[in-house]
Amino acid sequence: MPDIDPDFLALPLRELADAALGRAAELGAEHADFRLERIRDRTLAVSDGAVETAAEGDALGFAVRVVHRGVWGFASADALTPDAAARTAERAVAVAEVAAPLATDRVELAPEPVHADRTWVSSYEEDPFEVSMRAQAALLSGWCRRLMEDGRVDHVDASLLQAKEQKFYADTAGTSTTQQRVRIAPEVEVVANRNGLLDSMRTLSPPAGRGWEYLPTVEAELAGLPALLDEKLRAPSVEPGRYDLVVDPSQLWLTIHESIGHATELDRALGYEAAYAGTSFATPDRLGELRYGAPSMHVTGDRTAEHGLATIGFDDEGVATSSFDLVRDGVLTGYQRDRRISAAQGLRSSNGCAFADSPGHMPIQRMANVSLAADPTGPDTEGLISGVEDGVYVVGDRSWSIDMQRYNFQFTGQRFYRIRGGRLDGMLRDVAYQASTTEFWNSMAAVGGPASYVLGGTFRCGKGQPGQVAAVSHGCPSAVFTDVRVLNTAQEAGK
Amino acid sequence: MSGSSPQAVVERALELSRSSSCMVLVRERSTANLRWAGSSLTTNGVARNRTVTVIALTDGPSGTSVGVMARSGLRDDELEGLVRAAEAASESALPSEEAVPLLGPAEAGAGGDWDAPAAATGVDVFSAAATGLGRAFRASAESGRLHYGYAEHTVESVFLGTSTGVRLRHDQPTGTIEMNTRGSSADGTDPRSAWVGRATRDFTDVDPDALDAELARRAEWARTPVELPAGRYETVLPPTAVADMMVPMYFDSGARDASEGRSAFSDGEGGVRIGERIAGLPLTLLSDPARPGLECAPFVVADAPGRDVSAFDNGLPLRRTEWISKGVLSALGQTRATAARLGTPPAGFADNLVLEQEGAAGGTDDLVASTERGLLLTCLWYIRMVDPQTMLLTGLTRDGVYLIEDGRITGAVNNFRFNESPVGLLQRATEAGAPVPALSREMGDYFPRTEMPALRIPDFNMSTVSKAS
Repeated sequence: MPDIDPDFLALPLRELADAALGRAAELGAEHADFRLERIRDRTLAVSDGAVETAAEGDALGFAVRVVHRGVWGFASADALTPDAAARTAERAVAVAEVAAPLATDRVELAPEPVHADRTWVSSYEEDPFEVSMRAQAALLSGWCRRLMEDGRVDHVDASLLQAKEQKFYADTAGTSTTQQRVRIAPEVEVVANRNGLLDSMRTLSPPAGRGWEYLPTVEAELAGLPALLDEKLRAPSVEPGRYDLVVDPSQLWLTIHESIGHATELDRALGYEAAYAGTSFATPDRLGELRYGAPSMHVTGDRTAEHGLATIGFDDEGVATSSFDLVRDGVLTGYQRDRRISAAQGLRSSNGCAFADSPGHMPIQRMANVSLAADPTGPDTEGLISGVEDGVYVVGDRSWSIDMQRYNFQFTGQRFYRIRGGRLDGMLRDVAYQASTTEFWNSMAAVGGPASYVLGGTFRCGKGQPGQVAAVSHGCPSAVFTDVRVLNTAQEAGK
Repeated sequence: MSGSSPQAVVERALELSRSSSCMVLVRERSTANLRWAGSSLTTNGVARNRTVTVIALTDGPSGTSVGVMARSGLRDDELEGLVRAAEAASESALPSEEAVPLLGPAEAGAGGDWDAPAAATGVDVFSAAATGLGRAFRASAESGRLHYGYAEHTVESVFLGTSTGVRLRHDQPTGTIEMNTRGSSADGTDPRSAWVGRATRDFTDVDPDALDAELARRAEWARTPVELPAGRYETVLPPTAVADMMVPMYFDSGARDASEGRSAFSDGEGGVRIGERIAGLPLTLLSDPARPGLECAPFVVADAPGRDVSAFDNGLPLRRTEWISKGVLSALGQTRATAARLGTPPAGFADNLVLEQEGAAGGTDDLVASTERGLLLTCLWYIRMVDPQTMLLTGLTRDGVYLIEDGRITGAVNNFRFNESPVGLLQRATEAGAPVPALSREMGDYFPRTEMPALRIPDFNMSTVSKAS
């Protein structure tokens, strides 16, 4: 297990926290917390072998959040001096003073145990920031040039996003935590235009809470991309209608993210996101009763899974993270929560879902790794396909969209295969599937076993105002869904 | 960062530079926000930060390589380390195919007063608007409507210096307010939901009472629910919904993608569709940094080389550019490097967008009044690309779909998922109103400066019904 970088530990973490928290207490704040973060990010984009973008960012700053007169106050700054920390605490209190006349609901925080001087580091082997930008660009460029030699490919785009996040948190209750995590997102896409048809094929390896050691996983996919793209460009356009779907984990993670992950955020269900991200059909009055899906549907939220993108030891309110049920035996049984939202619902504790994407933003309730459990005795993907007489196998994610109450969704994918008589029968083009959340999950006829389980995810889940971006993983096996509406996207476009 | 002014940081970084050439960007950003739900303030905040970006260029036998390093929270004594890190990245990088010679002062655009201090904002900018919001919150019990929404004001001063002598600065104020109202029945059976939003430079022109009055009008329209099936409907798109569709099209109108056969602006034979009529009406789509009310940076400011916007073009003047001229595709955005490859003039993307038709008059209400039967939308949401070749987008209607009968609103219709292409909409639009400032619900966070007309679409494709309300 790596250690937290010494240069982060050498910053005046405690000194600044003491200055900010002390000043907030002097001004009468009922609660104050201090969060100092350093976030390094690196972006590489290579097109047809040429480097398009190679840039590195390094953001360092801190935030003070208070509850004062029953109202939030938040301020952030980037001058790392005790005086600036104290002034920032004053600004946070001043913001609460300005806001107080507009607030009718008093901010209460669910109580949490104190965690003093705790540290946590994510699971990775090689820090990607220890690998030179040149070496990384050369690797991606080499991949592109190799693929460009294939006559079935017109263009190749490769990208590599990397981030290292270091956080120090302290609050007036006595919790203090120091944490570090690393994540990486490699992606390669080939593009071709044949006989007036444009299409692309992308790698399926998901972003992960891993280090540089992850790159060979993506490289192993490259050789197959030209043939897959060629087959897609030659494939027949799908006949719209209703089909049984076998959905691969490379696609199903996104369906879980949109139709379960966001729908079981308690802040949404209570209306706090009504004006922006939206609400949820899964309202608290239906807890324990809503038949979300088939009895074989078990979904957990967790921030502890190894290599999960939302995995961390303590959230941005100093709450120890855990794993918890969201859907058990197909019934809604829980929500993702932070301290304020938990208290608003009368709950005695948070389940550790507070997160801020930068020192300039206030923590909000963000998604845990929300995952569908495999059937311990379930088949692999091939086994699931063998049980489908007439259907479509969906692989990889592409376009996604869902309404603001998380009912109606539409997804496309990287590749779609016709299933006839329990066997794959060639690719299809122009496929999208469309469904309503509970109808879809209640149509789940079979769940794959551990052999098909994959931890997928995204670097860029957006939520909140001001907008914040979070990385999150979703584990799932392949699964079978019956009688799902399939559209022909070319026909939708009027072609 | 302690001590030095942003201008001094630019000069010092350039002095420290040992690379073949160098660019330095300093962004001073301050922001304040208020957020509310259930007619009560929920979160708020103020933030200030400075980001210093050093772009080091190293000329070599096989081309120019680039190193980009950006830091916030940088102390004065750490600046040299940042410059050296950018140089090291540059020296170890592969040559960039986007590389072109940097502009000199004579070729660069004009900016603001270089020597003036950075501009800033704070929570006080909301003082007047907050009073109006408070009135609306307190009236919730009487109106039967709860308020949700968000107000944000950001001021960013950007300072650009290059080793070729360019010194440009721009101050960009950006404000938005979005107000959403929902029926307040305790059992959740009141389906009324409406949204209004607008952009502002300083909040002095924001009238929450007027915005709330529009919400109240729409809430009244929603008292009569109407269920309609999926299908193609004559639809009046208000300016906000037009912005929802035009901004993604603008983002996807790069010449390079089109020339590589990757977009709806490719001609399918290795060329682009410039010169082709793509709108049925004589509509003009343009960007203009000097457009009153939509003022934005009159020169390129980019933190890194890129496909459609490149740091190699930093300082390049951005002028009024017509992307579509009276219905004919007239330009696609491109860097100087792409322009040189394609043999066409560079066209930089400015940070605003206007759609207008010469002589068009009237607004949404006028289009509604002349509609026998159709739908009026409020805004669109969760818009995503389905097919880049046709620019087919999918998304949802949100916070108000209204039935028009005999020229007036007669009820509120269920929401729909749509599958539509903005290019297709321009082809099929049969009537346009006058352009007005319009905040895209979907894209306004990133692109708030738009002026759009209402459009009449004879056959908007509502693909399926959404139960969301």
